[in-house]
Amino acid sequence: MPACSLPEMEQETPRPATPRGKLKVFLGYAAGVGKTYQMLVEARALKKEGRDVVIGYFEPHGRKETIAQTEGLEFIPRRAYEYRGGSFEEMDTDAVIARRPDVAAVDEFAHTNAPGAERLKRWQDVMAILDAGIDVLTSLNVQHIESLNDQVWHVTGIRVRETVPDWVVGDADEVVMVDVTPRALLHRLERGVVYAPEKAASALENFFTESNLTALRELALRQTAHQIEERREDLRLPQPVKSTQPLRPERILIWLTAHPSTAMLIRRGRRVADYLNSSCTAVYVKSAGDQAAIDRHLSFCRNLKIESASIESNDPAKAVANYARENGITQIYVTRNAPDVQKLVQLAKDIQVTIVAERKR
Amino acid sequence: MPAKEYCRPDPEELLRRIQTQEATEARGRLKIFLGYAPRVGKSLRMFDEGRRRKTRGQDVVVGAIQEKSVGDVEHLLGEFEILSSVEAILARHPEVCLIDELAKENPPGSRNPHRYQDVEDIRAAGINVVAAINLQHICEQQDAVERITGRRAIHAVPQTFIQSADEIVIVDVPPEQLTQHGTGTLTPAQLSELREVALLLAAQVVEHQLQVYMDAHGIMQSWGTQERILVCVTSRGSAREMLNSGARSAKRFHGHLLTVTVKTHDLERKDEEELQENLDYARQLGAEVHVLEGTDPITEIIRFAREQRITQVFIGHTQRKSWKFWEQNHVDRLIQAAEGMDVRIFPHAGVQPA
Repeated sequence: MPACSLPEMEQETPRPATPRGKLKVFLGYAAGVGKTYQMLVEARALKKEGRDVVIGYFEPHGRKETIAQTEGLEFIPRRAYEYRGGSFEEMDTDAVIARRPDVAAVDEFAHTNAPGAERLKRWQDVMAILDAGIDVLTSLNVQHIESLNDQVWHVTGIRVRETVPDWVVGDADEVVMVDVTPRALLHRLERGVVYAPEKAASALENFFTESNLTALRELALRQTAHQIEERREDLRLPQPVKSTQPLRPERILIWLTAHPSTAMLIRRGRRVADYLNSSCTAVYVKSAGDQAAIDRHLSFCRNLKIESASIESNDPAKAVANYARENGITQIYVTRNAPDVQKLVQLAKDIQVTIVAERKR
Repeated sequence: MPAKEYCRPDPEELLRRIQTQEATEARGRLKIFLGYAPRVGKSLRMFDEGRRRKTRGQDVVVGAIQEKSVGDVEHLLGEFEILSSVEAILARHPEVCLIDELAKENPPGSRNPHRYQDVEDIRAAGINVVAAINLQHICEQQDAVERITGRRAIHAVPQTFIQSADEIVIVDVPPEQLTQHGTGTLTPAQLSELREVALLLAAQVVEHQLQVYMDAHGIMQSWGTQERILVCVTSRGSAREMLNSGARSAKRFHGHLLTVTVKTHDLERKDEEELQENLDYARQLGAEVHVLEGTDPITEIIRFAREQRITQVFIGHTQRKSWKFWEQNHVDRLIQAAEGMDVRIFPHAGVQPA
């Protein structure tokens, strides 16, 4: 199992002309907790209130109770894509936008589109729908949030490939936790509500263990609480407790290298910066080394909205320390594998250095 | 993928585990639906669960209900047999008993003063209980709720009771949905805060359950999802700065703050006093303070950090070579040994850049 994975590059989203639609995320922690069900219940409730609601994309997974919730809702037909002799169906984003509903329900926010589709990721399709002024209801599992990728791997042993950058979820107008206890979920699985029997058996053996589910559920609860807090801060609503303010705002700098664990470093830096309300930038020292790896890391940074700079020097540790000082950095993030970590610590002097763990299993 | 670490528990631990296991096997299970404010629909969720269990063939009765059950709940209630006293429930001995409003007090002359005590009796008889409660009715959360809403409920249940539940489910509804339907006098901002408190409480209970599960299965690996920050303090250096940063991080992450020092016997009196001041300061910030002993501080810190499932270690370093305690190679050793933890190195205050 490789130590890291990098998602594809993000595409630039155009400036919206109409007031943006509102995004509501139904957050769960595993298949079968009821995210889609809740999303559809909400869609129907909105329709009952007189709003024009359509289903942009729905993945039935053969679940009867969920399918029943689509009754009376208009489906926008999917669009088929041909690729290497196979046919794939994706959401027809253009058709959803052309239909101009008030609200579109779009299942599986983290889904990666089939090759040939206009956008790489479904969340990018959702952005386009929001830009057109249409509200979106969507479903997402916590393990698909980019900055949690390493933690999820550490907890479950599963490297989630389909991820959504944190800022996309952070920009949501509302995040609702769809909660069910692991025990109830395991019962559902055993009763064959979630998967067909043969698939259920393998799921129970691998991913769906009580400890995995409990840990993921805790992550989802904390993530939802964090989103709520962030949103309240954005709205400048009163704060519950006076926070211990630092003397100066934190500024985090990530030292990028070609080492594979850099992806982990970037995720962690982004996550901590988000929690500490700190700025987050990255720097790399040009070398004759693996430029392709550096490029991947730079593209990953862009994806997570981390600006990066390059510097030239024969003495990387010194150059990074100087760059940090010139830019008022308070904390430098490095991997254990970066060259001259000890030297950086010595040279950083008044700047803190965080050596990020290589989380293993 | 390496195998999970298994450890041999000490005999006392083993005994405790067996006792817990025996106790849980005989007792009925408790499942709690937690709401963050009135009318989020916790009772509805509870009765719906009862209904679904009934359709799956379980013997379900209702033990206690809210006095003012309305609408959907009233509709659901008709499907159940309702028993009005603990004695009746014990005599009838169903498989599952639904109990609303856990914080209610019983009328004088009842078997127990509090309804949650009834639940204990019912569970002791081997009957499963599904119950519902709102955040404002949990003792330890009442200060927080009062700070947010300016109000305090009269009756409350100790949090230990909530934590003793086998399962807890949070009934999460966006505040807009509540205010839309014109209920109560709470503002969206207040509801949002209550919601956050309830989610974090649920996360705490879940973390506890995860710990119990791992203990019971002898899993030592740090699986917690909560950030646990360890600040290593000595008599000198940037202890306060580190502690302030640690407290801030712990607060922002809703994590746990720990402080550790390794006792050396050659401390001068002045240093000893300063160390004590630093530890007192840590306690003021709400840190859990531990004093370790050992000849090799780094070994002790690493051992402690692993035991405590630490995710971030804060440590000071000095430019001066003469300091034996935290000299550079100690920090290097810590970095090398602290696998699975972030190590944040603080420059020592008072040591000016050359």
